[in-house]
Amino acid sequence: MSYSREEFLITTIARLLETPDVRHVAVGAASPIPGAAALLARHVNGGRPRVALIHGKETNPFTDGGREIFDAAGQGRIDVFFLGGVQIDGQANINLVGTGDYPTVDKRFSGSFGSAYMYFTVPKVILFRPEHTRRVFVPKVDFISAPGVSEPNVHRPGGPKYLVTELCVMSFDAKRQRFRLESVSPGVTVEEVLDNTGCDFDKPENVPETPAPEEDRLALLRSTVGAQVADTYPGFARDVLGVAA
Amino acid sequence: MTEFLSDVDALAAEVPSGALLALPPEYSFVPMALVRAIVRRAVKDLHILTVPINGLAADMLIGAGCVRKVECAAVTLGEAGLAPRFCKAVENGSVEILDSTCPAIHTGLQASEKGVPFMPLGGIIGSDILENRDDWKVVDDPLGEGNGPIVLIPALAPDVAIIHSPLADRDGNVWIGRRRELATIAHAAKKLLVTVERIQDESLLKDEASAAAALPGFYVTHLAEAPAGAKPMGLVEHYPADAAAISEYARMARSDEGFRDYLDRYVYDEGNAARGAAE
Repeated sequence: MSYSREEFLITTIARLLETPDVRHVAVGAASPIPGAAALLARHVNGGRPRVALIHGKETNPFTDGGREIFDAAGQGRIDVFFLGGVQIDGQANINLVGTGDYPTVDKRFSGSFGSAYMYFTVPKVILFRPEHTRRVFVPKVDFISAPGVSEPNVHRPGGPKYLVTELCVMSFDAKRQRFRLESVSPGVTVEEVLDNTGCDFDKPENVPETPAPEEDRLALLRSTVGAQVADTYPGFARDVLGVAA
Repeated sequence: MTEFLSDVDALAAEVPSGALLALPPEYSFVPMALVRAIVRRAVKDLHILTVPINGLAADMLIGAGCVRKVECAAVTLGEAGLAPRFCKAVENGSVEILDSTCPAIHTGLQASEKGVPFMPLGGIIGSDILENRDDWKVVDDPLGEGNGPIVLIPALAPDVAIIHSPLADRDGNVWIGRRRELATIAHAAKKLLVTVERIQDESLLKDEASAAAALPGFYVTHLAEAPAGAKPMGLVEHYPADAAAISEYARMARSDEGFRDYLDRYVYDEGNAARGAAE
């Protein structure tokens, strides 16, 4: 079965959510691919993990205002959260603010959102940035919205665990303060990943290929799960999954 | 006592130049009709605080020259992309930027709610957000329990906060549903200006279900009816966000000239702005 780039990323992320440590996945603003991945993982695993989409209605469990997701994270009630970055460096520092000298940056982006807190409190943060270029993966970010690692005296139960891009999946080891290449997307070579990454990372001798989307999961995405996605992300469900709201 | 005013333009007169003005999040109850009225009054030197993020309202106020300082966790038009006037103003230094992070803004408001000068918040240490915030302090666990350093966020007390809501009653009680950040904003603000779709005679406190969703009138200093007052943003169970209108803004606001045209067409021209949206 042929599949789209988005469907590939959704099934790739969903596999990272199907481990026993993942009880509750929260998804922030305008993140339809992670949101769809969480809904898919929940469906194929009989309702686990819980999924909280902050822009949803019935899929948004929060009733105590904008602070509740952060308070829940601070208590350890959220196991997975997704963050991105205009720039990401080899120590998993992320920049959501802008490129160039702060504050009058050359190119300003939206801002850091809740990253400077969620990165510290959520044990399994998945960095999701489809674009994999040297523009994104830099030796050192121009602005640290949230640091990838902290000094030992800083209370930090959370942090980055995985990075998912169009080209590959990497894991992050906080002790070594380095990414490690785990798998490359079908048709992508390790050299291509190296060529497009401006920071250093670990490369095992043999790098497997990220599996293509499973046929049964593609079918679910285009039907039952797609309908759930459409409740929160109607445009995405229509354009990418072919499911009407 | 809540003062009932005639319309958004009368409410806008309650926003003085130089005020610290709090704006609700873009997914919540954004008082766009009132924001347009503030632009029409040419209020100056506002310090806007997005709670914790905002989009169209902040971008429009910045573009119209009403703003001196922006304190935000993010300003974005969401699916319509970056907020063009915000980005440009930060890049060229025409507004001062105070970058924050969502829970820090909630925490600062919570300190004001409790009447204490600051509140601690986890995380943040090692970020350039903290590096650039002279007003935030890092202290070692003052209880001596070995919990390490922690950030103190000073209380945030907006001079004025503005929100929209579907419904109020004659006592000034305002329905906010589960948008409880609006309660936090209201509790922390010195003055709260509210626009509503409609005002009903029956008290929201009469029924326990509506009472649980109500912001009590003693926080509400000024209130006016503004039907369709959140448009083109959405209002839950009333109207969805108008994605085409927001995209049109995003497109026009890319250039100085386009943004001026937008203001002429949708803000300065009363017929198209407040009255037209009410149809």
